[in-house]
Amino acid sequence: MEYTEITAYDLRSLAKAMCTKGNCHLVAMFANDERSSIGYFAIYCIFGGNGQFKGIKALLTSPDLEFESLTPIFQVAAWYEREIHDLFGLIPVGHPDLRRLVLHENWPMGLYPLRKDFCMEQDVPSARIPCPMVSVQGEGIFEVPVGPIHAGIIEPGHFRFSQSGEQVINLDAKLFFTHRGIEKGVEGLPLELALYQAERICGACSVSHAISYSQGIESMAKIKIPLHAEYCRGLVAELERLYNHIGDIGNLCAGVGFAVGISHGSRIKEVLMRLNESITGNRFLRGVVLPGGVSLEITLEISQEIEIVLEGIEEDFLEVMSLLKDNSAFLDRVKGTGILPHQAALDLGVVGVAARASGVEMDTRRDYAYSIYNKVRFTVPVETNGDVAARLWIREAEVEQSLSIIRQILKCIPDVGSELRVDIPEIKPYSSGLGWSESARGCNLHWIMVGEKNKIYRYFVRSASYPNWPAVTVAAPGNIIPDFPLINKSFELCYACLDR
Amino acid sequence: MITILKKIIRIGMVTEPYDKMQVPPGFRGEVLIGEDDCNDCQSCATVCPTKAILFTEEGMSVNHKACIFCGRCVERCEIQKIKHSDHYKLAQFSSGVGEDAGSLVKTEIRRIFGRSLHIRHLDVGSCNACDFEISALSNPIYDLQQYGIDFVASPRHADMLMITGVVTRNLTQALLMTYEATPTPKMVMAVGACAASGQVFGNTYAIRGGVDQFVPVDIYVPGCPPRPQALLYGLLAALHKL
Repeated sequence: MEYTEITAYDLRSLAKAMCTKGNCHLVAMFANDERSSIGYFAIYCIFGGNGQFKGIKALLTSPDLEFESLTPIFQVAAWYEREIHDLFGLIPVGHPDLRRLVLHENWPMGLYPLRKDFCMEQDVPSARIPCPMVSVQGEGIFEVPVGPIHAGIIEPGHFRFSQSGEQVINLDAKLFFTHRGIEKGVEGLPLELALYQAERICGACSVSHAISYSQGIESMAKIKIPLHAEYCRGLVAELERLYNHIGDIGNLCAGVGFAVGISHGSRIKEVLMRLNESITGNRFLRGVVLPGGVSLEITLEISQEIEIVLEGIEEDFLEVMSLLKDNSAFLDRVKGTGILPHQAALDLGVVGVAARASGVEMDTRRDYAYSIYNKVRFTVPVETNGDVAARLWIREAEVEQSLSIIRQILKCIPDVGSELRVDIPEIKPYSSGLGWSESARGCNLHWIMVGEKNKIYRYFVRSASYPNWPAVTVAAPGNIIPDFPLINKSFELCYACLDR
Repeated sequence: MITILKKIIRIGMVTEPYDKMQVPPGFRGEVLIGEDDCNDCQSCATVCPTKAILFTEEGMSVNHKACIFCGRCVERCEIQKIKHSDHYKLAQFSSGVGEDAGSLVKTEIRRIFGRSLHIRHLDVGSCNACDFEISALSNPIYDLQQYGIDFVASPRHADMLMITGVVTRNLTQALLMTYEATPTPKMVMAVGACAASGQVFGNTYAIRGGVDQFVPVDIYVPGCPPRPQALLYGLLAALHKL
């Protein structure tokens, strides 16, 4: 990937020019402490468009560590800049809302954990810094605080609803409760060892994270992995999408209290989880994708086993879908609920199922073809209503596509019995690489800079849930509060992916 | 309506005894250390992502609470001394809860919790894999309710907390308040390597450690994540219902 190196003074004008003239959009933004090598902090902006990613590297040469905020021109930059402000103490001048994002009340002022001079062993005292939430004032308006611990078996997040009766007027979300500081934790680890943390950023996106991470390293090392390994990665990635989508459709029924749908969804998902365990030894397909290749050979027996299971679930799944489609009470709840307008999806840089349901035709597998995705045929389903139903129909259509991709893979697996993995050579220090993949939730980006002796210098993860979370707060207002669980489930975002 | 009923009848009953399913051949279960003489290269400990392999004067041991069952040590061992078995019933109990509990304690646990145990799930920093496996317990195949066990919405209604994840800075308060809100007598289960050891992501500015550094833990269920059968084993063994 190419970077245009500039000073931070020119960041806004160049970013604007790239988007308007270059027909691309901002997909990620992060900082890096390069004071020891080049003397400055750097802000990296990654842009995507026309089938490739391009970057800007802006050096913060001014001693006051300020840069001109991109948020006034690109709304999508808002969270990235807040995160940079929290973790590096760099100041995006002109940002309209610099409340804390990643760090909460308990973190003291003036301590920036992702700077290189932050000592991990130091004892950080608990602080009480106010982190106000957005609320609406007015006669008859009241607030409903929910979480971080929820009533169901889901991940933690705090939601603050401003209500007028049943109607949601505004929603503010406080997230990053499961922030584990993984990006900092892997610094200094050998590339091959950090895979296990990368894979554990999120459970339901384990394969996607492992693929993005591995491809980032492989692009840095300029190596090609064996063809069989590429097919194997494609296979496990699609198996991951399959169990996620089917499980999510079942879970969505929980949002409307349709118990039959929940049961069937979780039953079919269990069949797939057992298949995962049977072929890879782990129900979440962990341990298959490794930097340089894979650990699993797809033998004839494995192919046959997968084919038999898929044969069984396909008809079963279609029958469950017809139960939902024939049920007017169910349709009544999902149609027209939680609409994410097309323009909002574009402005917020929304990805994956949520984007495609709001008429944004995008899929990393097709637009930035990686792995085997230019060798298999598939279509990218798009809906235009942007409501809960649209996100459901997208998932249904993608299940069909995934089944077809898996069958195509199994039909023509090359080089059985050959090498599964190549070694990662010593990479030139301070080179960087970008890896991407399409998880069940959308485009998942990993950026890695390697230091001395193939150890990680900086690691940045922008999962699909990152740009999509702000979209939930756009889709909820105007609906009644009992529909929020349904809207939330229709996006089905990971908290762990976002929080890292 | 008729199609819903037809489908239900066609699928029939899918619920099965918790350990009916055969463990698949490639499953990475308990890490066994063979009898062969170790050449003491300690490369297994170097390649372990979570520092679960320990070398002490008494020899080599595996801390299953911290193990993520990735298989790197097995792959690396030059003399094939380390192997994965298919054993997954790895739940460990604090003294006074598991098999070693005195008969009085066992009777007492059965009396209080044996016929109906209510669980509150609590995520204190997990990757969501353990959470999904806990939800899977409610699917029709495992059907947790058949054992008189169920999930509840509030810690105030709970007898047990099932805790997943490493304790993060941002969830420490939620953990302490939830524990406090759960009425006594209560049990705590640490689910998965993160909760049981706190070692999976090393020591970062945002992590405070394993669950037992904050609240007393009665049952540890190793795994990354533990399969639903391993969770059920932990639950049923703790209630002395096996």
